[in-house]
Amino acid sequence: MKDLKIPSDLIVQCMHCGMCLPVCPTYNLNFLEKSSPRGRIRLIKEVEDGALPITDDFIDEMYFCLDCQACQTVCPAGVKYGKLVESARIKIFELGFDRQALVKKMIFRIVFASKFVFKMIARFVKLYQKSISKFIRKIKIDRVLPEKLIRVEELAPKISDKFSDEILPEILKPNGEAKYKVGFLTGCFMNVMYSEINIDSVEVLLENMCEVYIPRNQACCGSVMAHYGDIKIAKELAKKNIIEFSKYKLDAIVVNSAGCGAFMKEYGELFKDEKDESLREKAENISEITKDINEFLYEIGFKKPNAELDLKVTYHDACHLAHTQKITSQPREIIKSIPGVKFVELNESTWCCGSAGIYNILRYEDSMKILDRKIKNILETNAEIVLTANPGCHAQIEYGLKKAGVNMKVMHPISLLNIAYKMMKNLDKDLVESYNEILRNRD
Amino acid sequence: MDAKVIRRLEEIVGKEKVLTSIENRIAYSYDATPALAGLPDAIVIPETPEHVSQILKLANEEKFIVVPRGSGTGLSGGSVPSSNSIVLLMNRWRKILEIDKENLTALVEPGVITAQLHQEVEKYGLFYPPDPGSMTISTIGGNVAENAGGLRGLKYGVTKNYVLGLEVVLPTGEIINIGGKNVKDVAGYNLKDVLIGSEGTLGVFTKILLKLIPKPQSSRTLLAFFNSIKEAGKTVADIIASHITPATLEFLDNTTIRCVEDYARLGLPTNAGALLLIEVDGHPAQVEEESEKIEKICVKNGATDYKIAKSENEALKLKTARRSAFAALARVKPTTILEDATVPRSFVPEMVEKIQEIANKHQIIIGNFGHAGDGNLHPTALTDERDKEEMKKVEMAFEEIFDYAIKLGGTITGEHGVGLAKKKFLEKQFAEPAIEFMRNIKRVLDPNGILNTGKIFELKPRCEGRLPSSREQIEKYANLWT
Ligand SMILES: Cc1cc2nc3c(=O)[nH]c(=O)nc-3n(C[C@H](O)[C@H](O)[C@H](O)COP(=O)(O)OP(=O)(O)OC[C@H]3O[C@@H](n4cnc5c(N)ncnc54)[C@H](O)[C@@H]3O)c2cc1C
Ligand code: SF4
Ligand code: SF4
Repeated sequence: MKDLKIPSDLIVQCMHCGMCLPVCPTYNLNFLEKSSPRGRIRLIKEVEDGALPITDDFIDEMYFCLDCQACQTVCPAGVKYGKLVESARIKIFELGFDRQALVKKMIFRIVFASKFVFKMIARFVKLYQKSISKFIRKIKIDRVLPEKLIRVEELAPKISDKFSDEILPEILKPNGEAKYKVGFLTGCFMNVMYSEINIDSVEVLLENMCEVYIPRNQACCGSVMAHYGDIKIAKELAKKNIIEFSKYKLDAIVVNSAGCGAFMKEYGELFKDEKDESLREKAENISEITKDINEFLYEIGFKKPNAELDLKVTYHDACHLAHTQKITSQPREIIKSIPGVKFVELNESTWCCGSAGIYNILRYEDSMKILDRKIKNILETNAEIVLTANPGCHAQIEYGLKKAGVNMKVMHPISLLNIAYKMMKNLDKDLVESYNEILRNRD
Repeated sequence: MDAKVIRRLEEIVGKEKVLTSIENRIAYSYDATPALAGLPDAIVIPETPEHVSQILKLANEEKFIVVPRGSGTGLSGGSVPSSNSIVLLMNRWRKILEIDKENLTALVEPGVITAQLHQEVEKYGLFYPPDPGSMTISTIGGNVAENAGGLRGLKYGVTKNYVLGLEVVLPTGEIINIGGKNVKDVAGYNLKDVLIGSEGTLGVFTKILLKLIPKPQSSRTLLAFFNSIKEAGKTVADIIASHITPATLEFLDNTTIRCVEDYARLGLPTNAGALLLIEVDGHPAQVEEESEKIEKICVKNGATDYKIAKSENEALKLKTARRSAFAALARVKPTTILEDATVPRSFVPEMVEKIQEIANKHQIIIGNFGHAGDGNLHPTALTDERDKEEMKKVEMAFEEIFDYAIKLGGTITGEHGVGLAKKKFLEKQFAEPAIEFMRNIKRVLDPNGILNTGKIFELKPRCEGRLPSSREQIEKYANLWT
């Protein structure tokens, strides 16, 4: 077995100053030191030193952490907390301490690893959402179904009618001479649940004179598995993507989901000890050219829309965008560039919404407490739309708003930009319609 | 600690408020002080002053040590557990009980976070000045126990200048109230001053009444860069001599500037030898006049660049960066040992130079920054606790630094307290009778030695007959005691 030591340099960098405690969502749930970044780092240290065995409580703490990395943003000492907790999880997972490991492994290796299976399940869920759900409720089987399963059903957003990778061709050319050649990751959740966000993204890229390449055989990026410690499968998927995307000579790979972008930027690091030199180099290159869509558009000096949208919006920072990729101003600049849009800053905008991969399913209660705080802040803005650039946050906030009985829309910033582009050209009826629908919802 | 004691603790506060798992004990084995740790036997979360009282009474009966703890940001090991101890966790007492707009006071529970108090009172146009670098997480209880200072200490003083009254549980379990809303009050001994800064050894604070002042109308934050610390030091002296009292007058040396820049990315010139962060506040006209004067003084002393924060946000960023100087220094090497040597402010340049000289002599890195305006310096050794040899050198260097500070009429700690970390230096500063005075207070109030005993000084020495009065005499007597 591979050496599972957590580098002691990473651990000793923490000087236990405690500056990270106020931003940690879990510490703020129970005010216990062991549920704070500083406490967790100390526990990891004791495990590494052999003073503490891997106990149930230790495992629980490692998975109680949302891996939101807010602590990393504020840490003046530059502690790479995300790396630490992830390596602790890998250790727990690979050494077989995680009781849920088998289930997780199954989900990761069967469902996520194959696009075919993922989509098949999505189709089934779609069917279920359309008809069976009502039927089950009617005959009241849901009373006997496990609670967790019911919740998954409630938490899952509507599956799109058509998956984006089935609509979008492999190569799309802009109307006019292309300035950039970009790859596009369709992702797993984005592809089946927010298919329209993918389409918006591609349209926006085309509008900005990009030639868009969507490799047919691309895979899930592997981030969810990596964050839960299943590094083996994560690497397999990463490898697949590296090979697929390296087939074209691209200026950038554009990603519209924060978690995927963050992980693809780490591909180089993931393969740094790889013996196959060409794979290593390719991985490094992929990391270098991967850009979040907000980041990319901002960098290329995106086209400013000139149609007015009379809307009041706010923006929630996805953890993997704000804390991992350090992208906070770009999406705001894009939103503010749309004439007529009133932007209201969200209080505690970088505070995690509690979605965190599949955290909201595995730790429903904790996740909901964290979500409540987010929803309270969102409602205080009195905005009509909450913008966010990650499917997990998107679904979680949608769920929270629904639970609170509020009619507020959640959108990707790029979708809003696309509406503005479309309004400019007065083209797409659907999008214009979705804008009008928002206006109609006003009393 | 035997199971019987744990059971009795559970009877007092409830089963789920007594934590004994190894994970919890590890998580309360340290504070922010480097290289100090100790495992408590349990962590107890009291909810009322009566709980605290009963816990202390039980401790007297069963003879275990009680270590109060706020947020554990202390830098002298004050809340690091001793052996045979429990941690008394006060960080959940987070209520602001009253803000009295007529008498300008705030009554708070000890677990209120310093920065939160700032925010709340500022909503009413009021001001609570003490602002330790740790204010986003430190508790008011911890601030009072350490008599914490901060960036605004020069003009506004430190925590003790704002404590009007206290509800305290004494080591023997009695609950007392001292002080009150009166601006003037000389009834009896000044007990407040004995308890403030007592580092959790003389009582547990359960309510704290604080003085507030009106919020200054305006403020301005300035930055000045110099080639050398000497020029910066001269500037500080000139500003004070010109009878301007800035709210904040902080200095950072080159090592610190580079680390802060690495963390905060403010665009500071990383080749500057030193920088001064200055804030003036008050009436707008006065702020205007004073900042102009300061600018002239800076230029006269060779400032290479001079900047005024353009917005409140920018000013806040600068101050936040300064507050994180200590932790930012941790970027260089694994272990960061920050000290707290303080000298009368006219000696700041001399002390800073001496510190550099000592660092060079021992060939170790010492970053230096501090509250230049009030003479409170934070020489900070950047080292690796796994390197035993270097750690030895660091220890020797600090010994020399403290000796020199005392020689200049300074003190071994300006704001962090003695705790565990500086016990051995205390007798350098005080003659034995002064320390014995402190010990006597402790003995009378805490006859069984249960409240955070082992911090500040050893209880042991108690000689009969006449007390030696100087260091030399003590050394002569030393043999008699052993
Ligand atoms: C980055 C950083 C910057 C700092 N900057 C400053 C600074 O500028 N100025 C400064 O003065 N200090 C500073 N400190 C030191 C520290 O933050 C202060 O000493 C602070 O007051 C400690 O508060 P705490 O709540 O963390 O207390 P703790 O560390 O938990 O405890 C400190 C002491 O108070 C006692 N105590 C805590 N609560 C109570 C209570 N309710 N009743 C009785 N005793 C109690 C404890 O027993 C202990 O002895 C800094 C620390 C850090 C990490
Ligand atoms: S992680 Fe960073 S902020 Fe948190 S205690 Fe460690 S050094 Fe301080
Ligand atoms: S990653 Fe988030 S939840 Fe985990 S310790 Fe850091 S701040 Fe807390």
